Amino acid sequence: MQLLVQLILLPPLLVAAFNGMMGLFAPGYRKQEWVLGGLALAAVAVPFAVTASLFFGFVEPEVVRYFTWLEAGSLRVDFAYRIDQLSLLMTMIVTGVGSLIHLYSIGYMKGDPGFWRFFAYLNLFIFAMLNLVLAESLPVLFLGWEGVGLCSYLLIGFWYTDLKNSAAANKAFIVNRIGDFAFLLAMFIVFDTVTSAPGFAGTFALDFQTLLAPETLALFTGGTGFAVCLLLFIGATGKSAQIPLFVWLPDAMAGPTPVSALIHAATMVTSGLYLLARLSPLVLLSPDAMALIAIVGAVTAIMAATVAITQNDIKKVLAYSTVSQLGYMFLAAGVGAFFVAIFHVMTHAFFKACLFLGSGSVIHSMHDVEHKLEHKGLIPSHHGPGSHDTPLDSEATNDPFAEQHTERVRGHAILPYDGPFDAQDMRTMGGLKRYMPSTRWTFLIATLAIAGIPGLSGFFSKDEILFKAFEYGYDGHLLGYIVWFIGIVTALLTAIYMTRAYLLTFEGEPRWPDALDTHPHESPWTMTVPLWVLAALSVVAGFLGLPPVIAEAMGTESWIHHWLGTEFGGPVAELAHEVVPSHGVEWGLLALGAGIAIAGVVIAWFGFRFGARGPEADRSLRKTMGVLYRPASRKWLWDEAYDAAVVKPVVEGSRRGLAPFDKKGIDGTVMGFAGGIRQLAGRLRGVQTGVVQTYALGIVVGVVAVVALVLFL
Amino acid sequence: MADFSGLLSLVIFLPAIGALVLLALPSADAIRWTALATTAVTFVLSIGLWLGFDAGVSTALQPQLATRLPWFGPAIDISYYVGVDGLNLLLLLLTTLLGPIVVLSSWTYIGKAHKGYYALLLLLETGVLGVFASFDVFLFYIFFELTLIPMVFIIGIWGGEDRIYAAIKFVIYTLVGSLLMLVGVLWLGFAAGDAVNGGVFTTDWYKLVQFGVPLGAQWGLFAVFGLAFMIKVPLFPLHTWLPDAHTQAPTGGSVVLAGVLLKMGTYGLLRFVVPFFPNASAAAAPWIGVLAVVGIVYGALVAFAQTDMKKLVAYSSVSHLGFVVLGLFAFDQVAVQGSLIQMVNHGISTGALFLIIGMLVERRHTRAMADYGGIAKSVPVLTFFMLFSVFASAGLPGLNGFVGEFMILIGSWRSATVGNPILVAVATTGVIFAAVYLLWMVYRTFYGEITDPENATMTDLNGREIGLLLPLVALMILMGFWPTPFLQRSERAVRSLIETSELKAAAVESAGPGEVVVVPVAWPADVATAPAPAPQP
Repeated sequence: MQLLVQLILLPPLLVAAFNGMMGLFAPGYRKQEWVLGGLALAAVAVPFAVTASLFFGFVEPEVVRYFTWLEAGSLRVDFAYRIDQLSLLMTMIVTGVGSLIHLYSIGYMKGDPGFWRFFAYLNLFIFAMLNLVLAESLPVLFLGWEGVGLCSYLLIGFWYTDLKNSAAANKAFIVNRIGDFAFLLAMFIVFDTVTSAPGFAGTFALDFQTLLAPETLALFTGGTGFAVCLLLFIGATGKSAQIPLFVWLPDAMAGPTPVSALIHAATMVTSGLYLLARLSPLVLLSPDAMALIAIVGAVTAIMAATVAITQNDIKKVLAYSTVSQLGYMFLAAGVGAFFVAIFHVMTHAFFKACLFLGSGSVIHSMHDVEHKLEHKGLIPSHHGPGSHDTPLDSEATNDPFAEQHTERVRGHAILPYDGPFDAQDMRTMGGLKRYMPSTRWTFLIATLAIAGIPGLSGFFSKDEILFKAFEYGYDGHLLGYIVWFIGIVTALLTAIYMTRAYLLTFEGEPRWPDALDTHPHESPWTMTVPLWVLAALSVVAGFLGLPPVIAEAMGTESWIHHWLGTEFGGPVAELAHEVVPSHGVEWGLLALGAGIAIAGVVIAWFGFRFGARGPEADRSLRKTMGVLYRPASRKWLWDEAYDAAVVKPVVEGSRRGLAPFDKKGIDGTVMGFAGGIRQLAGRLRGVQTGVVQTYALGIVVGVVAVVALVLFL
Repeated sequence: MADFSGLLSLVIFLPAIGALVLLALPSADAIRWTALATTAVTFVLSIGLWLGFDAGVSTALQPQLATRLPWFGPAIDISYYVGVDGLNLLLLLLTTLLGPIVVLSSWTYIGKAHKGYYALLLLLETGVLGVFASFDVFLFYIFFELTLIPMVFIIGIWGGEDRIYAAIKFVIYTLVGSLLMLVGVLWLGFAAGDAVNGGVFTTDWYKLVQFGVPLGAQWGLFAVFGLAFMIKVPLFPLHTWLPDAHTQAPTGGSVVLAGVLLKMGTYGLLRFVVPFFPNASAAAAPWIGVLAVVGIVYGALVAFAQTDMKKLVAYSSVSHLGFVVLGLFAFDQVAVQGSLIQMVNHGISTGALFLIIGMLVERRHTRAMADYGGIAKSVPVLTFFMLFSVFASAGLPGLNGFVGEFMILIGSWRSATVGNPILVAVATTGVIFAAVYLLWMVYRTFYGEITDPENATMTDLNGREIGLLLPLVALMILMGFWPTPFLQRSERAVRSLIETSELKAAAVESAGPGEVVVVPVAWPADVATAPAPAPQP
């Protein structure tokens, strides 16, 4: 086992170091894209194979220890890793989806001068993420936690010549650090509580084995437990993009699209959920914290969904969709259904990665269109080399109220919106299904999956979340019904905005200039193969977590519940209910969920007719949403609020307040004091001597006086 | 085992001997190479200290590889007494490691008066090594002052445009502190001599640490010693000499200043203030804690407002050393060990930052971030080292900075003397702010389009520059992932120091008026062998 875990952890680290060092110091190596990319892919595929063998041959949980990391007094943290049902499942997702995205990236990043850097960062990310999910203690988990944050920073700001990307990277790291701050405090409290408990002797590693043992858990009832859970949850809102710390994720789309798929959709952003599931026995002790988690999750889900419906940048739609889906997962955790949250982590990883990679394929292709148009002189050439994705759309280009006052520059084509050509803007797309069949079909499948069309994975995981919320309400908690209702509304919105995105992109007529003669192309096999695999997984993964009634009717059981649940020997605890709804109610809820999903698709397809009418349909949407549309399209002004409330005061405070204060206030006082001594000494002497001597003299005189005082008294 | 006892003195004085040799050399090249050879040999020899050091028996009581030579005869108990224990081993090695690195970093940076510069640099190294190795308070004081002179000239002669102002400010601040300390040394020496040394004035650390200073005198002594060291650290609000000194000093000077000179302050607090005056230290801990935490946040916020890279890093030092001071006054094993390792970490990562900024300044002759922008494209290797150092400095787990910060904070959280988790929580916000100002610096300096053509043609690091940064980067990783060898070597010393301080504090507390308190140094129970007597003449 020692060796196997090394085979999981080390390949990505070593290859990251190798590719990074070679790329940095041997520029010739940078051109060897297949060697470089192949090595990087192998560094994820090998761990995947090893994990798969452990996964299918799993017998019982095991902890593997390597060397000691931190040791002092009662603190002793080893590099120890836990192989159990939860960590294996997460590792499967990370390395599985990771392998596919590495393969995809070989095609996507082809020819980029930073190819070597990209793969070094991506491998490093996998290493950090594996540390996160396999860790046996909070500090080692934190190592991965901050490590993925680092890689996220490096990859968001990958195309650093555009300062907007770098700014987005900074924002991501700093906002995450706010969450990490809370995580640190939680660790401090845990350590303090355990080591100062009566009868404690020896050392404590903040390890899960000790922490989740019943006698330790007993220390975490009441206020202490609430504080720990609350702080860990704040940490989770940073990494997993929930209110109030979600603001970094939409900006993080500045990174290359495979990064958005892997890090900002499938894996890293789910680590908050993983943390809560891992500590589920602890979290269950704090009903207040859980209620808060459920509320925050539900509100985040619906808030982000309303934003997603108004966005024109295809990646922005997916980004807000991710925030919203993560909200669902927190909702599930908040009502005590941690295993369902992990189920949704898994299905979401498949369909959202598929959607992001699909969008990447589209963007890749639209860039090609852009270059052709530039070549023909139909749009002004503004692109420097080495940037695939265009920077984020500005407020103006996304604002549907902005008047279209593009004047026809001589010889240039008119775009369907104000601003330069943007390969990510769905308003320039349309009709892509003709040119990109693989991308189209996989995108459609994943869209239907996330919308919750019966039979596809999203249907099972999302409906299970809603059912658990309902069940919580049925057991006498009003909150359960409230978050269930919010969840249902969000489900409708999800189906609408995803169908809208699909229709605007692939259906209808092409809307880019010179569409008759300028054709996009389908992406190479390195990119379409991962799409098909993920689409297939989006279809079938749901059957791993069949709803109880269906499972019963089929004479089987929910696999994931059995795999993860504590009552079956797994690590993930859940809230038990005294009163449970009858089968009839369950069937009814399933039918309702299916109906909502289908209704959403129908509303977008045949109601607003996004396919046939294109962006025109947004006018009807705007009318329907009424006063909600404008604030939603402006992301509910979170960024503006934070700017005014936090960023500005800190920036201005330190620039205009503290820095001058340091110079004039503190330094001024000290130097003034020194000056005073000088003047005094000067007056005593009656002579203005040079500066140094006078100072020194004054001081020496003083000291001699004090010494004399001490010696002779 | 081989006899290593003379080794320490050799390590301490070899640089000074090298400095004398330099004076006779004719050419700049000969001077540089001699300086490099001297510092390199010193470093290699100092590895012998590591090898000869037995972590198993180290306590604060027993300096190893020690030399004790009486100085003034029987009437005054002052001796040349140097040794190695768990508290100073790492700092000695950090000093010798930075020696050749600093020489290399000055190779082309220093353009005038080579002889003087390298001679002073070597003299400075001897001074710093002496400070860390001294087991006699008077000897410590002499070395402490010895470091002042070369540093002043290095700033004043080879520094930037306001070098004279910065040098004078540095002198005044430090002198005020150290002369106060001289008063303290004399006071303590007489008091301890009367009480425990048969009326003979003594500055033997060994004897002093066992002597329980009466409460009233403790406060006075705490004030003079404490002030001297807190200026040196520097602790808010005594920090304003630091940004000027750092900014104006040549690269080598900044590296030594940040890397080891500041540590003389924190080391002094640990070696003298806490164990000599435990009651006053414990009672003052909440207030020192407040100053440290204010320094952490304040230093970070002011750093954020800087436009000059060196100034930014200088203020970051104020912030980072706040953590160290907080941990030192926590009287907690985890926190104090964290502080100790954080001193080394800060020397490595901040040293690296100053080295890299120096390399930029050497190329473009400006420290203003606004003059750069987008240089990641023209100097990718330099950018790599910069990012590495930035994240080490920001306390990213897996690199060295995290280890110290985490241990300090988790230890201080439960500390009875600091006594306030809220304070520690505020200190923890430092991890957010560190990311803010450091990433902001990277953003402004390295990212974006290159706007100034001079930045586009900048040359990347040469072999010498890469070579001098590599050991630091290697240490960042090593100490980040496997700090155990370093932590182990300070474990017993810190344990014994804390226990002794606590025992002594209790004894002083309960002592009647006029009663002389002497507390034998606490010896870890799991060490079977009795402590060997201190080497006597």
